[in-house]
Amino acid sequence: MLSYLIFTLTLCGIYALLALSLNLIWGGVGLVNLGLAGFFAVGAYASAITTGAGAPVIIGWGAALVVGAAVGLIVTFATLRLRDDYLAIVTLGFAEVIRLVALNERWLTNGSDGLSGIKAPLKAELGLQGFSLFYLGLVTLVVLVVWALLSRLDLSPYGRAMKAIREDQQLASFAGKRVLRFKLQAFAVSAAIAALSGALYAHFQSYVSPDHFQPLITIYIFLAVTAGGVGRPSGAVFGAYLVVIFLEATRFATEWVPGLQPVQIAAMREMMIGLALILVLHLKPQGIMPERIPKAPEPAAP
Amino acid sequence: MTAALRIEGLKLDFYGVHVLRGVDLVVPEGSFTGLIGPNGAGKSTLFNAVSGLYRPKGGKVSLGVAETTGQPPEKLVAAGLVRSFQLARGFPKLSVFQHLMLYGADQPGENLLAGLFGSQAAKRREEALAERAHMVARRLRLDHVLDNAVTALSGGQKKLVEIGRALMADPKVLLLDEPMAGVNPTLADQIAEHLTALNRDGLTICLIEHDMALIKRLCHPVIVMAEGQTLMQGTFDEVASDLRVQEAYLGRRH
Repeated sequence: MLSYLIFTLTLCGIYALLALSLNLIWGGVGLVNLGLAGFFAVGAYASAITTGAGAPVIIGWGAALVVGAAVGLIVTFATLRLRDDYLAIVTLGFAEVIRLVALNERWLTNGSDGLSGIKAPLKAELGLQGFSLFYLGLVTLVVLVVWALLSRLDLSPYGRAMKAIREDQQLASFAGKRVLRFKLQAFAVSAAIAALSGALYAHFQSYVSPDHFQPLITIYIFLAVTAGGVGRPSGAVFGAYLVVIFLEATRFATEWVPGLQPVQIAAMREMMIGLALILVLHLKPQGIMPERIPKAPEPAAP
Repeated sequence: MTAALRIEGLKLDFYGVHVLRGVDLVVPEGSFTGLIGPNGAGKSTLFNAVSGLYRPKGGKVSLGVAETTGQPPEKLVAAGLVRSFQLARGFPKLSVFQHLMLYGADQPGENLLAGLFGSQAAKRREEALAERAHMVARRLRLDHVLDNAVTALSGGQKKLVEIGRALMADPKVLLLDEPMAGVNPTLADQIAEHLTALNRDGLTICLIEHDMALIKRLCHPVIVMAEGQTLMQGTFDEVASDLRVQEAYLGRRH
């Protein structure tokens, strides 16, 4: 039971990073990125391949950040003229392309067999239980650091300009903001965070295959950010923990319902998730932790 | 007389409909220029073509001595050309104070690294801008609604925010598209007073307005546009007594 709890909390942290990534790009500059699973996969494979070639784990994570940011820039350049629904469609396509590349380029990714035996840092020294605890601590620490940085960004002049772009990018350019620069930077940072999350996931599971990067992950993260509160990093983190814990909890809740086939149990879990989202959005349309308008500082005495 | 804004032969068409057919005009430095003309004369389109919303199809725009034809809005704002919109626009989820702060130029905190890790320069600039924002808000009597979302303001207050945030950008030339339209007469008078005071402090203003009494009181020179061209330029009385102007507004005598 303890190892299951540790596993769930580690997964929470990995989802929280994805939620922070989505919140930066969606709650920040207002770009709907349905390709989150793609960036997640890019990071996982980047780190798995570099460490597989003999590099230390920390270099693998660095590689995930760099490759993630680079791919993020490429996707932004490719979609400069797209907005809203069209951007969403293209980014969704991007994630599928990444998955198909991972499935077919066997020389790089070992295809559908996946990459196994990915280095687990300090596993030999700490033992299985020790490693799980250590890794949970590590992931939680990364979440805390990224959350602190993005919260600061959120309240900074940069965050203010991002939100202006989200609300009306044309008007933001009339406020003197270089819209493209903000979008490119935000997308690159967001992609890098998603990739880092993927790298942490790969070394946690020590196995990745294209099956791990289904679009469903992206949907769960959208669920997390929507429920937590779009436009507020704390909301994204909270939403991610909530969604993962709720997903796991439905596993136990359905056990109590008698006379159901396994397929029906699976369907019932989906229904409970949908119901929960409807409830949250009905009771708290802005999410559980809505975006706040910061107060103006007190004026100096005139 | 030096020109703050010079427009020469500016042309713009939409799918073959010629909206600007070679506009020539000069907004003298330090002037409070009025731009009038019947509906559909191309006044707002002219503002849009000058401020970077549309790319003109021909002609030349110069801000001071520098040519700025076809430059994007953010460059023009940096060069000192700031505009307001006819229908007050805003960022729905930002407060009035944030609107003012957003328009503050040269904020080093708008750098990604400064945003992530904090910076002393950004903090100092933010304090200076906040002081200025409070001053502008007091001047426009917006100080009691600073923390409200713009969507919660009255129509008149939205217009004041339009003017206030434009002032935060420290413009050299301010293009105002009907800032008093839809505003009650008392508030319109107040806006007019603010604008006159700003103009006296050295700000060049170019104002589109349909209220002739206001134009008469505030503006010199007055430029008349009709059918995508400049018709004439002069004092209000010269313009008002000109037969061509009367025809443009009222139709030709038969």
